[in-house]
Amino acid sequence: MNRFVLPLGIFIVLAAFLAVGLRLNPREVPSPLVDKPVPAFKLAQLAQPEMEFTQKDMLGQVWLLNVWASWCVSCREEHPVLVDLAKARVVPVIGLNYKDKPQEAKAWLKQFGDPYMLSVMDQDGRVGIDYGVYGVPETFVIDRTGVIRYKQIGPVTREALEGKILPLVRQLQKS
Amino acid sequence: MKSISAVFLVVASLCVPLPSMGGEAVPTDADRVLQKRAIELEENLRCLVCQNQTIADSNAELAQDLRRQVREQIAQGRTDAEIVAYMVQRYGDFVLYKPPVKATTLLLWFGPGLLLLAGGLALFRNVRTRAGKRAAPPELTSEEHARASSLLGGGPGKDSA
Repeated sequence: MNRFVLPLGIFIVLAAFLAVGLRLNPREVPSPLVDKPVPAFKLAQLAQPEMEFTQKDMLGQVWLLNVWASWCVSCREEHPVLVDLAKARVVPVIGLNYKDKPQEAKAWLKQFGDPYMLSVMDQDGRVGIDYGVYGVPETFVIDRTGVIRYKQIGPVTREALEGKILPLVRQLQKS
Repeated sequence: MKSISAVFLVVASLCVPLPSMGGEAVPTDADRVLQKRAIELEENLRCLVCQNQTIADSNAELAQDLRRQVREQIAQGRTDAEIVAYMVQRYGDFVLYKPPVKATTLLLWFGPGLLLLAGGLALFRNVRTRAGKRAAPPELTSEEHARASSLLGGGPGKDSA
């Protein structure tokens, strides 16, 4: 009887580790940028290319930075959620239009609605690299002092919005 | 006649070398030492899109952009350590194919050694207990001795004499 206890114990421990491992999403790499100041950028706006916009323009308010592109399939999935969020006027969303063609980006917003306070163009993806972007869409929650507080990798689902992003936004807005 | 010339045209067009569709990697560094440094760095950085490839292997757009970053920074005279730090700052330790030794990675680094040690110890103890058991020769009665000898074809009592 005793000789079965040890192998059985090892098996249970191994199975527990593997079970946890199966539930992890390898695509969600924790960002080292959380709790760090937002990387600086100065980019032309999508709607008015002659106007520039920087992260400093948002100092003093809680905001979301949403990385999107017209070629990105999952962006379509999250887009209605963002449009609803914009209608509720809870928090301003800035769009980082990542490696996109301005013409196509504008057409995309016309077709699906524009939830952004404004979008800036990162055509060569350099600002994206500064933000550690590796899978569009990605969304950052940024506080009043310009510190990143949360990063959503992949589409903003209603569950993620209600369960994580909005509670955090409200808490940050109070402080 | 028309169909023959059409066939000829098709065959001829197949013989014309087409410009590569995939777009060959164009070496941008004239200096071969810098080129080698760039490749060495790229072979140690993970592409986050296709996570089991380095940015040297991967043709994902992000990998191309990161390769461009590596080459630009080398051209700007940055050291390897600075370039690696630049990547880690943005993407975390996950971009490194060789993770640094720190509190959270101790098990990763030394776990296999510990397992080997534990396995070796278990094997050693197991073999020793077995050897201890075998050391005492089996005790046979004279009757059994006789039977064994007859079975082995030596005749009864021959070896006991």
